[in-house]
Amino acid sequence: MSASTQEINNLINQEYKQGFVTELETNTFLPGLDESVIHKLSKIKNEPEFMLEYRLKAFRHWQTMKSPEWAFVKFDPIDYQSISYYSAPKRKEDGPKSLDEIDPQVLEAYKKLGIPLDEQERLAGVAVDAVFDSVSVATTFKGKLKDAGVIFCPISEALRDHPELIKQYLGSVVPHTDNYFAALNAAVFTDGSFVYIPKGVRCPMELSTYFRINAANTGQFERTLIIADEGSHVSYLEGCTAPMRDENQLHAAVVELVAMKDAVIKYSTVQNWYPGDKNGLGGIYNFVTKRADCRGDNSKVSWTQVETGSAITWKYPSCVLTGDNSVGEFYSVALTNNYQQADTGTKMIHIGKNTRSTIVSKGISAGKAQNTYRGLVKVLKSAENARNYTQCDSLLVGDQCGAHTFPYIEVKQPSAQVEHEATTSKISEDQLFFCQQRGLSAEDAVSMIVNGFCKEVFKELPMEFAVEAQALLGLSLEGSVG
Amino acid sequence: MLSIKNLHVSVGDKPILKGINLEIKPGEIHAIMGPNGSGKSTLSHILSGKSGYTVTEGSATYQGKDLLEMPPEIRAREGVFLAFQYPVEIPGVSNVYLLKAALNSIRKHHGQSEVDAMDFLTLVKGKVRLLEMDEKFLYRAVNEGFSGGEKKRNEILQMAILEPKLCILDETDSGLDIDALKIVSEGVNSLRSSGRSFVMVTHYQRLLDYIKPDFVHVLAHGQIVKSGGAELALELEEKGYSWLEDAEASA
Ligand SMILES: Nc1ncnc2c1ncn2[C@@H]1O[C@H](COP(=O)(O)OP(=O)(O)OP(=O)(O)O)[C@@H](O)[C@H]1O
Ligand SMILES: [Mg+2]
Repeated sequence: MSASTQEINNLINQEYKQGFVTELETNTFLPGLDESVIHKLSKIKNEPEFMLEYRLKAFRHWQTMKSPEWAFVKFDPIDYQSISYYSAPKRKEDGPKSLDEIDPQVLEAYKKLGIPLDEQERLAGVAVDAVFDSVSVATTFKGKLKDAGVIFCPISEALRDHPELIKQYLGSVVPHTDNYFAALNAAVFTDGSFVYIPKGVRCPMELSTYFRINAANTGQFERTLIIADEGSHVSYLEGCTAPMRDENQLHAAVVELVAMKDAVIKYSTVQNWYPGDKNGLGGIYNFVTKRADCRGDNSKVSWTQVETGSAITWKYPSCVLTGDNSVGEFYSVALTNNYQQADTGTKMIHIGKNTRSTIVSKGISAGKAQNTYRGLVKVLKSAENARNYTQCDSLLVGDQCGAHTFPYIEVKQPSAQVEHEATTSKISEDQLFFCQQRGLSAEDAVSMIVNGFCKEVFKELPMEFAVEAQALLGLSLEGSVG
Repeated sequence: MLSIKNLHVSVGDKPILKGINLEIKPGEIHAIMGPNGSGKSTLSHILSGKSGYTVTEGSATYQGKDLLEMPPEIRAREGVFLAFQYPVEIPGVSNVYLLKAALNSIRKHHGQSEVDAMDFLTLVKGKVRLLEMDEKFLYRAVNEGFSGGEKKRNEILQMAILEPKLCILDETDSGLDIDALKIVSEGVNSLRSSGRSFVMVTHYQRLLDYIKPDFVHVLAHGQIVKSGGAELALELEEKGYSWLEDAEASA
């Protein structure tokens, strides 16, 4: 290996900075999963009867299913009986009424992560729901949102306060039978965010959820449901971190988005779960089902993700383009290093007329990591004049990593136009030398080159997230012009 | 400014430079000519710190310091600039971003603060005008989709902004059309000063009509086989290199 490749590797091998553990008194279930655990879970969350039934139905179905094996990832079978399905910081009976009632240790943990939950300290214009292990610990700016008619609350609260919305929409995009991890999630999900934007409302601020896994031996099964009613707009951000632990931890989330007529949802993720150590020990298994239904005509959903964490990522944020003229977008940066594995991509299902989708995927692979793009573009007979544009670019750092692209295309409608472009490149020594010859250090040069490679995706991120994403890739873009 | 003594350089087992001696004083312009494959780019690369070469003998001293010991970015910050024969493309990184990052890293090295955004734009736009470029180039990705001549002009733009002390131009004239050659030469001439030296690698007398060298050296088979004044270039134009190579062979 040449000197400069070594330098690139050192740079990408930065330490995980969110790996601390918060010592807390918790309510944690003993490991194990059977129907009694689900009863207990539903009870502790004070859920309506229909939820318990939904969970049990999902659990029974899950027991008939097998863990999927088609992804380009390798891991030992997961022992679902060794996982605890509920862990929550101890708190006063009815949940915290204000920040004063939240365990100061939890507040401190979020502060360390750069997510102060105090509204005064918060970046104005972003409302945060903080999910710590199995429960939501705080949601900020609730009052201001309420004035606009927006509902933004933990999903466990929505189950109690808005059961009619839950009944109507939960599982309507990702049914409990959809796949192995979605079925498991439907059975045991603990918390997550719920968003409802009423007709014609433009959400007055960015909404954001920050997920933190803290407890050992627990799984995090979060569930997010966002409904954008006719003509509404919302931008939602999601961030995730976890402590460094030697064992793998499971994160199996389900995110459902519903966009009605003329509605727009922008969903951005910066995923930085603990990736495991240099030798591939530990790290989060991130097995996530994310899907949007562009149910109404002229609706639009845009997924933007920056995936740098997790030992294994298995996730395909998708759009079902049901409404005529609806638009689906997927912008992704996935960086894998050491022994990380990512099998990620999207599905765009064109059903309505004149539906359009855009896919831009940037995979960066370093160390011994494997990075796979897997995407499906499906155009049904009904989708006259559907259009898709797909661009998949891979950047390799060093020669021990891999990049793979599996684009599946199924077109049943002859008027459809589907375009696919793919490139694979390496950071060349010539590029590196050129930058150094202009006075940049090797680190700054790599940052700059990787950043340039990801530019088309970063420009889709909301400002604060774009900054975090660039920092995450080891980039310092101080004083950028142009 | 630069003193090269008995410099031997190999790539793998293959010797390429075989005992180069060269003295460059502040303010001087040295032209290096010679047949394809004689080692001109290798010399430019070894002076600017490209990896992949082994120095087997000899030394290069720059402003009293061992040049060959310095990492490439330190050489750049200390004022060594290479205008590449084949400039690389950096997709997604705008020219103006690269320029600012480069200028700031050099300023930082000299204990100066980061350049003020307005001052920077004034500086850059002035140089863009000097080289008669379109301002749009500033916001395009570095060299991406640039024509051969545009890439070369872009190298000189970077040089004009970074104001190095030792400017090495590797075949900057190749690929430039007649008008561009004139504009770029004028740009280079405007940078001439008593404290700044130039090493210009070229195949053509035409460049030297615009930028008059103090010395002309002929590099063949990894050695400087002849040195002279500006008139040597004219002689080469007329006679080619074979008479020198023959002389070398019989020597
Ligand atoms: N990395 C390398 N591996 C093997 N041979 C090399 C390498 N780099 C340079 N050479 C050889 O060294 C010799 C000198 O190359 P160099 O590029 O310095 O020539 P040059 O004088 O710049 O030629 P030109 O006028 O064509 O630009 C050539 O024979 C070239 O093939
Ligand atoms: Mg050359």
